[in-house]
Amino acid sequence: MKKHSTNHFRTESLSLPSDRPSISDQLKHKTLPANKHFTTFITGWILRSGVILSASITLLGLLLMLIHPGGISEQSLQLFPQTLGQVWLGLMTLQPQAIIALGLLLLIATPVLSVTAALVGFALEHDRSYVVIALIVLATLVMSFWLGKAG
Amino acid sequence: MIHLSLVIILLIFVSAMLAGTLGSLVGLGGGVLIVPLLTLAFGLPIRYAIGTSIVAVIATSSGAAAAYVRNNMTNMRIGLFLEMATTIGAICGAFLAGLLAPASLFLIFGVILLISVIPQVFKIGEELPKGVHNDRWATWLHLGGSYPDQRLGREVSYQVTRTPLGLAMMYVAGVLSGLLGIGSGTLKVLAMDTIMCLPMKVSTTTSNFMIGVTAAASAGIYFARGDIPPLVAAPVALGILLGAFVGARLLSRLSNKTLRLIFVPIMAFVAVEMVLRGLGIGS
Repeated sequence: MKKHSTNHFRTESLSLPSDRPSISDQLKHKTLPANKHFTTFITGWILRSGVILSASITLLGLLLMLIHPGGISEQSLQLFPQTLGQVWLGLMTLQPQAIIALGLLLLIATPVLSVTAALVGFALEHDRSYVVIALIVLATLVMSFWLGKAG
Repeated sequence: MIHLSLVIILLIFVSAMLAGTLGSLVGLGGGVLIVPLLTLAFGLPIRYAIGTSIVAVIATSSGAAAAYVRNNMTNMRIGLFLEMATTIGAICGAFLAGLLAPASLFLIFGVILLISVIPQVFKIGEELPKGVHNDRWATWLHLGGSYPDQRLGREVSYQVTRTPLGLAMMYVAGVLSGLLGIGSGTLKVLAMDTIMCLPMKVSTTTSNFMIGVTAAASAGIYFARGDIPPLVAAPVALGILLGAFVGARLLSRLSNKTLRLIFVPIMAFVAVEMVLRGLGIGS
C-alpha cells in the first residue's frame, strides 16, 4: 500500500488501473498490510472517483451551455432546476443546466459517500468503536438533512 | 444582478482556483474568500453567494481530501471522531439560530478568534510539536498516527493530547456553522493544532476532510431552496477542484512552519471580517 502514496492523483482514472489489485482481490488474497490502511484506501478511492466524476459532468454541462446559442443570459441565472425531479426532467432533454446540477449534486454527495466508505472499511477491519462513530456521524447527517427539509 | 459572460465565468474560475489552492493548504473552505469575492467583485446577490460558497467548501474539502487521505496525511480516525461533535453541534446551532442575534455572535467569535491569534504567533517557529503524550481517550481510540513528511524526508509519528477539550471545541465549531452558516475551518484547525497538539499538516488536512462532511449536511437544503445557481457554482467548483489539487501537491513540499505562516494571516483576516460583520460594517 505504501507505494500507492507516491502515485499521482492525475494518473488515476475513474476505475482502478488493472495492474493494481482491486478491493475484492485484496480482501480475497489477504494482501492487505497493516489493517488501518484499508479504510484509508477505500475512502480515498471514493473521494477521488466522486471528485473526478462530478468535475467531468459539471465541465460537460458548462461546455454544452457555452456552445448553446444564447446559453448564458440573465434568465439562465434565475431559472434552473432545484429539485431532483426537475434535474431528472432536464437531464431527459439534455438541458445543460440540469447536467451541471447533476455534477454539483454528485459533488455534494461525495463527502457523505466517503463517510459511508469509511464505515464499510472499519466494519471490514472489525474496528467496532469506529463503526459506531461513523454510524453516529452518518445518522446525524441524515437527521440534519431531514430536519432542514421539515423546517 | 450579475451580468454573466464568458469573461466573467473565466474570472470566477481563476479566482476560485486561487481560493481552492489556499483553502486546501490551510484547511479552510474558502467561503470567507468566495463570498466577498462574488458579492463585491461580481455583484452576485448574497443569497446566491452563500449557496455557492457551500459548494466551494465541499469542492475544497473533497478535492484536497482525495489527495490527502490517500497519502496518509489526513488522520481519518481523528476526523471522524471529532466530526461526531461537529455535526451534532451544527444541528444544535441551527435550532439556536432564531434565538440569538447573529450580529453579536459574529462580534463575540471574531474577538475570540482575534485573541487566539496570539498563541499562534508564538508557535510560528514550531516545526513539530514536542513532548506530546497520548491521553486516555487517544490511547483507547488509537488516535495517534504518523504521516510521510516529504520535506523532512521521513515518516513523522505523533501523539494526541487533551482530546475531550478538542472534542468540546469541535462542538462549538459545529454550533457556529449551524448558527452563522460559516464553514468554521479556522476553529477546526485551531482545536487540533493548539489544543490537541497535532502537527500543522495533520491539523489542516484533517480539517479539510471534516469541513466537507459538515457542509454536505446543509448543502442539500441550499440546493432545494434554489440558492445554488449552476452557472456560477460550476466555474467555482471546477476552479476550486483544480486549485485544491495544486494545493495538495504544494503541501507535501512545504514545511509546517511555512504552512503556519500562511495560516496565521488568513486566520487574522477571518477574525477581523467577523468583527466587522458583528459591528455591521461590510457585507
